[in-house]
Parts: sequence; structure tokens; C-alpha cells
Amino acid sequence: MTVTQPSPSSTRPRLAGLRDRVFRLAELATTPLLPSDYLDLVDPLRSGAALRGRIEAVHRETRDAATVVIRPGRDWRPHVPGQYVRIGIDVDGVRQWRAYSITSVLGRADGCFTVTVKAIPDGKVSNHLVHRTEPGTIVQLDQATGEFVLPQQTPDKALFVTAGSGITPVMGILRNLADDVATDVVLIHSAPTADDVIFGAELRELAAAGRIRLVEQHTDTDGMLDAASIAALVPDLAERSTWACGPLPMLEALEQYWDDAGVADQLYTERFRPAIVAGDGEGGTVTFTATGTTLEADGSTPILDAAEDAGVLMPSGCRMGICFGCVLPLREGAVRDLRTGEVTTAAPGDGVLVQTCVSAAAGACAIDH
Amino acid sequence: MTVIQKKSDNPIAHLTAEDIELLGKQLDAIRQSVLDTRGADDARYIRTVIDVHRKLELGSRAVLLASGFPPAWILGTIGLSVAKILENMEIGHNILHGQWDWMRDPKIHSTTWEWDMASPAEQWKHSHNQLHHTYTNVIGKDNDLGYGIMRVDEDQKWVPAYLAQPLWSFINACFFEYGIAAYDLELGKVIAKGETKDPEFRRRAKAVLGKIGRQVRKDYVIHPLLSGPNFVPTLAANFVANVVRNLWSNSVILCGHFPEGVETFEKRSIDGETKGEWYVRQMLGSANISGSKAMHLMTGNLSHQIEHHLFPDLPSNRYAEIAPQVKALFDEYGLNYHAAPLPKQVYSAWHKIFRLSLPNGWLDNTTPKNLPSQLGKLWRMSTGPKARRRLLLQAEAA
Repeated sequence: MTVTQPSPSSTRPRLAGLRDRVFRLAELATTPLLPSDYLDLVDPLRSGAALRGRIEAVHRETRDAATVVIRPGRDWRPHVPGQYVRIGIDVDGVRQWRAYSITSVLGRADGCFTVTVKAIPDGKVSNHLVHRTEPGTIVQLDQATGEFVLPQQTPDKALFVTAGSGITPVMGILRNLADDVATDVVLIHSAPTADDVIFGAELRELAAAGRIRLVEQHTDTDGMLDAASIAALVPDLAERSTWACGPLPMLEALEQYWDDAGVADQLYTERFRPAIVAGDGEGGTVTFTATGTTLEADGSTPILDAAEDAGVLMPSGCRMGICFGCVLPLREGAVRDLRTGEVTTAAPGDGVLVQTCVSAAAGACAIDH
Repeated sequence: MTVIQKKSDNPIAHLTAEDIELLGKQLDAIRQSVLDTRGADDARYIRTVIDVHRKLELGSRAVLLASGFPPAWILGTIGLSVAKILENMEIGHNILHGQWDWMRDPKIHSTTWEWDMASPAEQWKHSHNQLHHTYTNVIGKDNDLGYGIMRVDEDQKWVPAYLAQPLWSFINACFFEYGIAAYDLELGKVIAKGETKDPEFRRRAKAVLGKIGRQVRKDYVIHPLLSGPNFVPTLAANFVANVVRNLWSNSVILCGHFPEGVETFEKRSIDGETKGEWYVRQMLGSANISGSKAMHLMTGNLSHQIEHHLFPDLPSNRYAEIAPQVKALFDEYGLNYHAAPLPKQVYSAWHKIFRLSLPNGWLDNTTPKNLPSQLGKLWRMSTGPKARRRLLLQAEAA
């Protein structure tokens, strides 16, 4: 997920090259540690360090949502509105990685960005971020990424369909829509009650100012909206590009409806969690060939999670089967894709690449790592 | 001392198989109680120790830039010695055990950590974690018993070469990190078997030489050069710090398994060993150092060697907390919880090294009065015809 930084000017790579040479020299004096191990003691956000951020503030949005203000390290690259960032934070001493949509305007004067987090029941990281995080905490970051963005040429008409914390990437987009762009925006947002609408006040202001048409669906009292009712609310739906973010059943219903209407190419969706269908395979012994670690994994736990619980350092990315940051070669054995139930097998010596975040053991398997 | 199975007063004779299995379950419960409460405080602990080490090392090396000034030399050398001890014991040893892998921090993980030590982490992890911790105190299996160069048990045949064992042991202690590197390479065995051309051995030897090269360059070239006119005093300071660290870690390790009264085991006895029996072997094959919190920190909590050997992958800062529970189990099952202050354990270990450098029984039979005749006997035991030597050895041991 981390890509090489394109150079904004010709002096920076030269400086970076010089820095690398100085660091290599300094390593003669610091071995077996690296010069950066010492520099991290004083400036963990410096240029050239592993990308990190410092939490500057946590602002309450609703009873179970909060906006976290993060000052990123100096190598942070500006995001595209609608993108998400992966954040690694230590919860109860254990580093956990999660992806959150960026909600702030680009180019904030203080150099920070924000993510808005909704605490989900039993959500280890979300509850920690919303309720227990202290300003000053250092977190690990990846560069912002994601395809849930507006095209270069902003469409004349746009529809956003969101539910719960699905509003966050859309808020990131809306806040960055230039005042002079006359896009006709409709936002249909579902939340249990009016008070649960994240950014409720700000959205209603935007609607009052005529910037967007806002349809709030309060599901505790009004029930859920289905795709057909959305179409009824937005008669010119076929003329609009649509971005949808929310729970999986909602997204699937929309995809079905748009597909049936023959406008599937105008719908962009953002998933927060993998769609797990296969739940109760039999599992098996997972062996990591390089580290020699073996562990028993059940048939419903992603190998990534099982391995991390066993203390194996695993490459990881979005944790929902999208980014391929967690891919490792399956040397032997069988794994089941938790989204489709499909079983992938490898004969001894093969190196079938599998996504560990959405694959569970389907019998004994050996993975190169 | 002799292997537990040959002892007339076998200290586990009173335990039934059921006792041992129950004991194993009780120990499992202690382990689980720590796993269940591992958390942010523990993470903060190891990060603090790492932070302190790095600042102490940086500060000491900065002071040593002026090592030509004697007080700076003394201060810098003490600081660097302490830093190196912390780095090897509480930080390196324990991280390489995987005690902190649960934090999922790639910077503090057994698979990524490298330490300030001649032996590369990878090789040490194999010989230490897999061999020593699995085969603890099993004669012929656990190379930590004498590191393949010492006589550490009455059952090992005495030959005159062992007379040099105290001297040899002291030299090994001073340059312990190189001894460990050679031992991790199984250098003695490889040379004896003429396997030095084996490609796997060559690869590992190259890794060790590369590591030693970087270590030596750092301590004996780069930092002395950085000190400019103080080249020689800084080089001397770094040498002293390395020797201090070596002597200290050697002492701590001697205390863990060598003091008189720590049991050893026969190779055959571990065939089909149950988890409970493995626990009992760890309990009887290890010894603790009693002392202050500072002592526990500086020994990398190997002062809790018994707890460490029972649960090698629990975070070291928690051993002190479970030690009373472990001790209570020793008492409950009538086993000897071997703990004593550092000087006593070090003395005991060295006494054993001296005693076993001599033929069985020789030291016990020697008094100031009969010393000349005993020395004469020792001379005859070391020279002359084989048959006579054997008879003399048997008579002495009887």
C-alpha cells in the first residue's frame, strides 16, 4: 500500500539521497540499531521516518462517534477527498490497524487531517479511539488511499447514499467541493435518530444554504429505505453518478437495483468490512515456513487474525480483501475465501498467492512467511 | 551432583504421575493468568526500558568523547557497561524469546530484533530457545551444560585437561559473547567432525564473522575515531564495557543452572516426557537469584530463572509477580525452590567448576594437612600408565 513518493521537485530526491548516505555512515556507529532508532526518540514525525502521526485532539460528534485530529509525519502526501487512511494504534498494548475515511478539508492551516470514527459494539479500536484516546498519542500511518473519490471532472449531478458512519467519506468529499462548482448534490442518509446523524448540524446547514438536498432517514422511527424508495425519492437517478457507503446489505441492494436499471457503471460503493459468507469450515493447522510457527486456526477466522493472535508479524492492508497488502504464497494445503466460500488448494511447492485477511484454513496449510 | 535418576535420594521420588500432571495444570493456570492481563502497562514497561537504554548509551558515548579526562572515562565506562547489560539482558534476551511479540510492534519483535552481541540473533534463538530451553539440563542434549568445553557433572569422565577448567572458564567469561557465538555455531563439534566445508556451516560462519566485524568496527574503530585525540581511552572504555557486560551475563547465566543442588537429567529420561514432567525438569534444573528490583532488572529478570524456564515467553516484568505463586507450588509438592543472593550463587557455581576440574572426590578428601600427598596423588592420576590412573580415580571417588 505504501508507494514510492513521486518527487515534487528535483532538490528533494537529492536531499533524500544525501540523507540516506549520511544514515548509512552513521549506522557504522549505531549498529545493530539504526540511526533512525535514536532519532525516533526525539522526532518521530520527521521526514524520512516511518510514517506516523500524533493525535492532537478528539472532538465528540455524537454519543458514539468522534472526530480525531491527527498531525501526520512530514512525508504525508495530501489525500484525495473520499479516500481512507490506515491507522495503526496500540490498544491494550497490542498494535491494531484499521482503515478510516478522512473527513477534513484539504490544506488545513495546522497541517492536520481528521478521521471520524463511530464506536461499534465490541469494536476494539473504534471504542478506544472514540472513548479513551489521549491527545499526544503517536499512531502509525499509511498514505491515504482508496478509489471512492470524485472523478477529475466533477459531475453535474451527484447522488450520495450513506448510512451510519458511511457518511464519513462523503463528508470528506462535500467539505472539499469548491464553492464555485455548481454540482447538484443529493444526499440520502440513514441513521437511527436525528441525534445519531454524524455531522448532523453541518449537513443541515449545507442543506439550508441550498448547497445540497438532504434526505434524512431516521430508521428507529421510519424504518429502513430500500433501493426502490431511494429511486422514488430521486426521479433523475439515471442521470446521476452515485456514491454509496454503508452496511453491506444496503450496498448489495443498491448494486442489484442499479444493475437492473442498466446504470451499474454509475454506482461507486465503499465497503467497510469484508462480506463474509463462509462461516463454519473446518479449519486446520497453519504452518509458516520461514518462521517455523504453527498454529491451529478455525475455519471462520482469517489466517491473518489467527497468525497475529499467535504473535506472528504479518503484512496487512485493508483487512477486507481489497488492497492485496496481505497477500502471501500458499505453499501447500487449502484455504477458504471467507467472502465466496471458494477453496484454493496448493500442491507441495506451489506458491499460490492468497489474501490472508479474507482466507481461513480449510485443512492443514503451509504459508511462506 | 549427579543426574537425578542415579541419585539415592531422588527428589521427585515422592511424586506420582497424577501429582505431576496436576502440578502441570496449576502452572498452566498461572501462565494463563498473566496472558489474560497482559496489556498497556507491560507495553509501556518494555518501551521505557528501551528508551532508557538508548538514552543511556547515547549519553555515555557522548561523555566518552572526552575520555582523555579521567572522570569522564569512569562515568562513560560505567554508563556504557550498564547500557550494554540492559540491552543484552532485559531487552535483547527477552525480546528474542518472543516475550513481546504479542504487541505486534515490528520494531520490538523476536523476528526483527538484533542485539549488541557477537552472535547474530537468528543463530542464538536456535541454540538458546530451541535447544537449551527444550532440553534444559539434559546431559548430552543441553549444550549450555558447560558449553561443550567444561566438565559440569560427576558423570562426565575426568581427564587431566579439565585441570585447566577454572582458567578456561574465566577466559570464557571475559569474552563470553564470542564464546556464545562459537557455541551457537557448534564450532567445536563441526571442527571435530571435519564439517567445516559444509555450505550451511559456511553460511552461518559468514553471518557470525560479519556481525563480529560490525561490532568490532563500532566499538574499536568508529567510536574511538570520533573521540579524536582520545582514541585510545575510548577504545579502552569500550573494551572494558564489553568485558564487564560479558562477566556479568556469564555470572547471571552460571547462577541459573550451575549452582550446587541444581539437578541434571539423563537423555533417556526425557523420552515421551509429558508437559507436567517437562515443567518438573525446569523447576529442578533452574536456580533463582534473590535480590532487589535493580538486581532483577540488571539480570534481565533471569534472577527469576525458575519462572523464566517454566514460562520463557511471558513478559519478563511479570516474573516477580508470579514468583510467590510458583514458590507455593514448590512447597505444596515438596520440591526445593533454589534461590540465593548473587554472591552465594556465583560462589557455588565457581566452586563446582573447581571441584569438577578435579577428579571426583579429590577436593572433598583434601585438607591443608594432606595437601602435599593429595597433590602427589593428583600428579599420578594425571600421568603414568592408564590402568594405574583408573584405579587411583576409582579409589578417590569411593
